[in-house]
Order: sequence, then structure tokens, then C-alpha cells
Amino acid sequence: MTAWLDALIQGLLLGGLYALFAAGLSLIFGVMRLVNLAHGDLIVLAAFIILVVTDRFGLNPFVAVLIAAPILFLAGFALQHVLLNRTLGGDLLPPLLVTFGLSIIIQNGLLQIFSADSQRLRVGAIETASIPLGGGIAVGVVPLLTLLSAVAVIVLLNFIFYRTAIGRAFRGTSDDPEVAQLMGIDHQLIFAVAMGLAFVVITIAALYLGLRANFDPSIGPARLLYAFEAVIIGGLGSFWGTLAGGIVLGLAQTIGAQIDPEWQILAGHLAFLAVLAIRPRGLFPRAQD
Amino acid sequence: MTEQGATGPALSFRIETAGRGARAAAASACIILLALALLPAVAGRNLIQELIFLFYMLALAQCWNLLAGYAGLISVGQQAFVGLGGYLLFALTLLGGVNPLLAIPLAGLVSAMFALPTALIVFRLRGAYFAIGTWVVAEVYRLVFAQFKPLGGGTGTSLTPSITSSVPGIEWVKILLDLRAPAARDVLSYWVALALMTATLAFVYLILRSRRGLALGAIRDHETAAAGLGVDIYHIKLAVYVATAAMTGMIGALIYLQKARISPDAAFSVLDWTAYVIFITVIGGIGTMEGPVIGAIIFYLMQRYLADFGAWYLILLGTLGILVMLFAPKGLWGLVSERFDLTLFPTRRRLVAEGEDCHRA
Repeated sequence: MTAWLDALIQGLLLGGLYALFAAGLSLIFGVMRLVNLAHGDLIVLAAFIILVVTDRFGLNPFVAVLIAAPILFLAGFALQHVLLNRTLGGDLLPPLLVTFGLSIIIQNGLLQIFSADSQRLRVGAIETASIPLGGGIAVGVVPLLTLLSAVAVIVLLNFIFYRTAIGRAFRGTSDDPEVAQLMGIDHQLIFAVAMGLAFVVITIAALYLGLRANFDPSIGPARLLYAFEAVIIGGLGSFWGTLAGGIVLGLAQTIGAQIDPEWQILAGHLAFLAVLAIRPRGLFPRAQD
Repeated sequence: MTEQGATGPALSFRIETAGRGARAAAASACIILLALALLPAVAGRNLIQELIFLFYMLALAQCWNLLAGYAGLISVGQQAFVGLGGYLLFALTLLGGVNPLLAIPLAGLVSAMFALPTALIVFRLRGAYFAIGTWVVAEVYRLVFAQFKPLGGGTGTSLTPSITSSVPGIEWVKILLDLRAPAARDVLSYWVALALMTATLAFVYLILRSRRGLALGAIRDHETAAAGLGVDIYHIKLAVYVATAAMTGMIGALIYLQKARISPDAAFSVLDWTAYVIFITVIGGIGTMEGPVIGAIIFYLMQRYLADFGAWYLILLGTLGILVMLFAPKGLWGLVSERFDLTLFPTRRRLVAEGEDCHRA
């Protein structure tokens, strides 16, 4: 019984990580209907950037994120402005293929620079610290921080979307780019800002990816799939739905692992397919598309 | 001309498909096919193996092109059916004792049976979401086969020599071409690959020339308009998805008969069986039958001369794909055919006016 309760708690915390992976994807889906196949590889890229900043300046990864985030904001802004904006328009294929090409370029670029070795972000004692809850169950400090950060990111994104001028521009452009343009909004600029913001979220996700487990250049696509599953399970267009989707996925994986350790990933995928079969629009849908 | 054109009897229209270029292309295609079929008599084993690779990549690209270029089903999960076909071949021959050549069409049939329920789930996702959904399904297939212990689980398994040499006709080839057993097996695989590639081309061509093909072309050009004209989009897409899964499964079975060793990570590799195939189709020209042919030949040459550069080669391939998508979205064939108004596989119908004045003009 304790083992199962423990699995549920760990699943909830793991869900925080998946919600962080998914939040950036959800943001891009929401604003520009762009499906970014390089999302997972971008998370891994950001983790390597944090690693380099940590090593080069001897900083704590939590501090290194503060340096990496603005750099990645600019990178995201530039990527959208220079490359991805050209692919948007009626046709589905260009954004998919360009981001797919990007995914392969990032993976192999990282492989060339950092080799296939596993890496990890180090923060000292806090890594293994845990808070006992009694009854033989304990929660790790880092997993707990992950979930709390995920909630904070969701709250912040909701605040930006529904309480600020730029958020109004995001929503307006998302609803109808042409009408938004008539209202004096430069939708290409708005898209670039949205991608920059998504890259900041990616940086935060990368921090916890690197703190919780080893990473190497090849693990990006799997993170993309988790992020995507969380978004679809939660329902498109709702950040809180994305958090819920992440948690459902995390729970499914730890419950699967509890039955048989080899079933962890498979159980997550099957939960996603089950949601798709029963509630194709996700658990908390908001958007139509 | 004033009276005649208006009253009509002298001015009629006919629908033309094959142009002069296409007829010449059909004739040369027959000659090329014959030459390729006879090639093992003179070619070395290396060339034969490289051509097997070219043939199955071309066949896979042609299938993906039908799926993505015509039916608008952009799948990033076709490795599901390559791996499934491969594993079915291993299961049928190793566990079921079926002859390998018979196992190839059976693998296609079973792949189609798997594709139907798969489609019912992934078709709930639209457009770009469909793409990632198919990828998830391919991962599910990979993880399930990694759990299947009779075929080696996560590490995979090999075909026994008694199976690889039980392909019918192998003795005949050994005597005819004076070869050892492994080389004779390659020659047989080569012929099967050539046949499968030709069958794929013929299959795609006949579909596109049929009434269904007209509907597919309409979907490619404008899905909403096609639906408005009464095209049953859902069922056509479903049929294309299942049919390409069957073809892809057969190609997968052939690939792994030739490789004689299978593992889940290799058989369900997104890079080998989907990324390369997408680049072939896009670089050559998506939405045409000629595109994948051009793309496969370019890919074969790049693979041959650049694959040793490893990661750099893949970076180059990714960059090339992006550049083509941005600056020549119809691919290399698109550039050629626009410039010279050329078609090799005449799948388009043209309206030709014929009347006295037209003949004069």
C-alpha cells in the first residue's frame, strides 16, 4: 500500500516536470498554431547551455538559469523572426518540416560538440535532500521544486495572457491574425515575442531536466512526445489543462513502472492513446483547433 | 473563326494525360527496368547491395509521398510499419515456419490489419497533431516489441541460416550466375526489391490515374473545396493510410529479410525510416511522383559519398531540407518541371481544345 501511495506522489511530482516540458509547447500552439517538432531538442539544447554557463563561471545552476534565460529569449525571438515566421501560412507542411530539420540539426550539432556522454547539472546537497512525510514516504526537494515551478510558470503565463497588453496581443493574434493586424498589431513581432517567452519556459524546463536525471543529445524527441501528450491530454488552449495533462502522464508512468519497471514509458503512451480514444479533445479543452 | 468557335461543332475538347515527354519516359522506363533486372549478371555484390538500399528507400518515399503529398496525412510515424513488417517477417519465419518469400505479402496484409485500428485513433488528431500522434504510435509499437521475448526482447534476434537460405530459387541463382550462397541471396533480394519498388510505383501511379486519384489530387490542392465537391475525405484518407501501411510493411519485411538481424531500436528508428524518407520526398519534390525518384537518387549519392562524415552529414541533410522547404517548396523536380513543362508520370489531366482553328494555330 505504501509503495502505491509513494508511486502516486512520485507521479504527481514527475507530472510537474512534464507540465514544464509542455508549457512552452502549449504556449506556441496557442499563439501561432505552430507545432514545433524541435521542442524536445530545444529543451536539451537549453540544458547544455545551462551546463556550459555553470561550468564556465562556476555558478550554481539556479543562478546560471538567470544568465541563460535572456540569451535563450533572444535566440527564440530570432529563430521565429528569421526562420519560422516564413513557414507560417495556410500550408501545414513547411513548419513541420522546418522544425523537423531543426531537430536533426540540433541533435547532431550537440553530438558533435558535447559527444554522446551523459551529463548532469550539479547543485550539491539539495540534489539528494528529501522531506519525510511519515509512513516511510518522502518527497525529494528537487522534484517538489519542479512541481512548484511548474505551477508558478502556469500562473505566470496565465497572468501574462489575461492581464497584460502583450497577452491581449497574443490572444488577439491567435484568434485572428488579420483582424489583429488591422488593430495595429504586428503579428510577426508578436509571434517572435511568444517564441522568446516559450524559450524562457524551455530554459526552466531544462534546468529541472538536468537536475532530476542525466541527459545526452539523443533524448530530445522523447521529451517532445511527453510534452505533446501532456498538451493533448489536458486539452488545447488551456495552461491549467496542460498542467493537469502533465500530471496525468506522470501518474500513468509511475503506476506503469510500479507494475513492471519496463512498462513506465509504454504506460504513459497508452494513457495518452486512451484519452484520445475516449475524449479526443482532451480533459479540459478550450480551443477549437 | 468567329462563327465556328461560337456555334461549337468544330470546336471540341478532349482530356489528355500522357504528353510526348511522358510516352518517351514510359518507353525508357521499360528499358531501364529490363537493364536493372539483368544487372546482377555483370554487377559486383557491393553495387547490388547499394541498389537494394536505393530501391527500398525509393519505395518508402513513394508511399510517404502518397500519404503526405496527396492525402495530406503528414506522418512522422511510418517507422511503425517498417518495424512491424520486419518483426512480422521474423515471427512468421522463425516462429511460424513460413517461407520468407510468402512471409513478405503476409507481413503486408497483417500490417494493414494493424493500420486500421491505429488509424481510428490517430485520425482523431488533425494536421500537425496527427504527425506527432503517429510518432507516439510508432513508439508504442517499438516498446511492445521490446517486451516480446520470443523475438529477443530489447536486444533483438537474427534469422537462422537455414531460413535465409530457404528462399526459393536460391539454388537456381547460384548455378545460373555461378555465385556463393550469400551473394545469390543478395541477388534474389535485389530482384524482390526491384519488383517491390516497381509495384509501388505502379500502385501509386494507378491510384493517381483512377477516380480516387482525382479525388486525392483535389484533396492535395484544397481540402475544403474537395469536400465541397463531394469527395469523401475521411474514407479516402483511411484507405490511403491502410494501403500505404501494407506497402510499407512489405518493404519493411524485405529490408529485414536482407539484413537478417532485427532489434526494436533499429526497426522502429525514426531517423532511418521516416526522417530520411521525408528528406528524399521534400528535396525531390513532394506531391509529384517524379520527386521521390529524383530525391532517392540524390540521397543515394549523398549517402554514398558523405555518410562517413556522420553528424555533419545529418546536419547538412537537415539544412538542405529546410532550405528547399523555404526557397523551393516544390523541390528540385518542381523547378525542373516548371521550367521545361515536363512530366514523366502523367497523373494530371489536361484539357486540350481541338477544332479547325486550333489545328491551324
